[in-house]
Amino acid sequence: MQFFGGSEISPSPPAPTVSGNNAHMVYVFNRNGVCLLYREWNRPLHTLNAQQDHKLMFGLLFSLKSLTAKMDPTSAERGNLGVPQLPGQGCSFHSFRTNTYKLSFMETPSGIKIILVTHPRTGDLRDSLKYIYNLYVDYVMKNPLYTPGSPIRSDLFITTLDQYVRSIA
Amino acid sequence: MAAIYSLYIINKSGGLIFYKDYGSAGRMDTNDSLRVASLWHSMHAISQQLSPITGCYGIELLEADTFDLHCFQSLTGTKFFVVSEPGTQQMENLLKVIYELYTDYVLKNPFYEMEMPIRCELFDINLSQVVQKDRVALLGR
Repeated sequence: MQFFGGSEISPSPPAPTVSGNNAHMVYVFNRNGVCLLYREWNRPLHTLNAQQDHKLMFGLLFSLKSLTAKMDPTSAERGNLGVPQLPGQGCSFHSFRTNTYKLSFMETPSGIKIILVTHPRTGDLRDSLKYIYNLYVDYVMKNPLYTPGSPIRSDLFITTLDQYVRSIA
Repeated sequence: MAAIYSLYIINKSGGLIFYKDYGSAGRMDTNDSLRVASLWHSMHAISQQLSPITGCYGIELLEADTFDLHCFQSLTGTKFFVVSEPGTQQMENLLKVIYELYTDYVLKNPFYEMEMPIRCELFDINLSQVVQKDRVALLGR
């Protein structure tokens, strides 16, 4: 199973698809469902408190992934619905769109999930998510003071991420 | 290659009332199709809760690695969704046409009980015509 479609992760940021400040929020989860990072830029509506919101988001992604793995029309061998799957196993999804927002999703081989919520008419953000993952590797994983699994507090990462997201959406 | 893989119709409480497969590998059995339908119903509802701005009506398009799922929810809460090849266009229109067929041949059928599985011959016939026409139009391009 290939994660990045065979292509190398590009070292330079991909070209912006739309300009303007359309991004709503970003989530980073680890493979245990711990929210490592949550940033919001433009979110007028809060239906739940932060912790519940993160849990619901992780649950939605988890269930949608088992749904897409079960629905996959191109393979006959699909296993049972709801059986936990390793990252990269089974048919996953990369985005969904509602009338008010678009959610782009990427899962890395180590189970890190990066979620970007933007305006519904944003284009394909798969390359941008890969770039955000690159930032994560450079600024968080290569930081010797960072303990894996703890919330990200690196200011450098957060400011770079803010800047990058503002430039793409 | 089929343009659309399958069609589901679920009632307002998440029960599967219609399922038709148009040639996906390994047809889903009845239990699985019921489970998938009710799972979709809940995911659709949760996506509304997570919206950053008000007025969200749930997922319209889900882009998976090997398929696209287009969903249309009618005003009464009945959801229609098709699983198609990635990047298939005009699926919103197809869903609206299917909704029209549903109102014409299912809801106007005096023997049809609301929220129950659809067993209407005329609906089946017209549906397969529409899907066939859609497939031919796609091949023509």
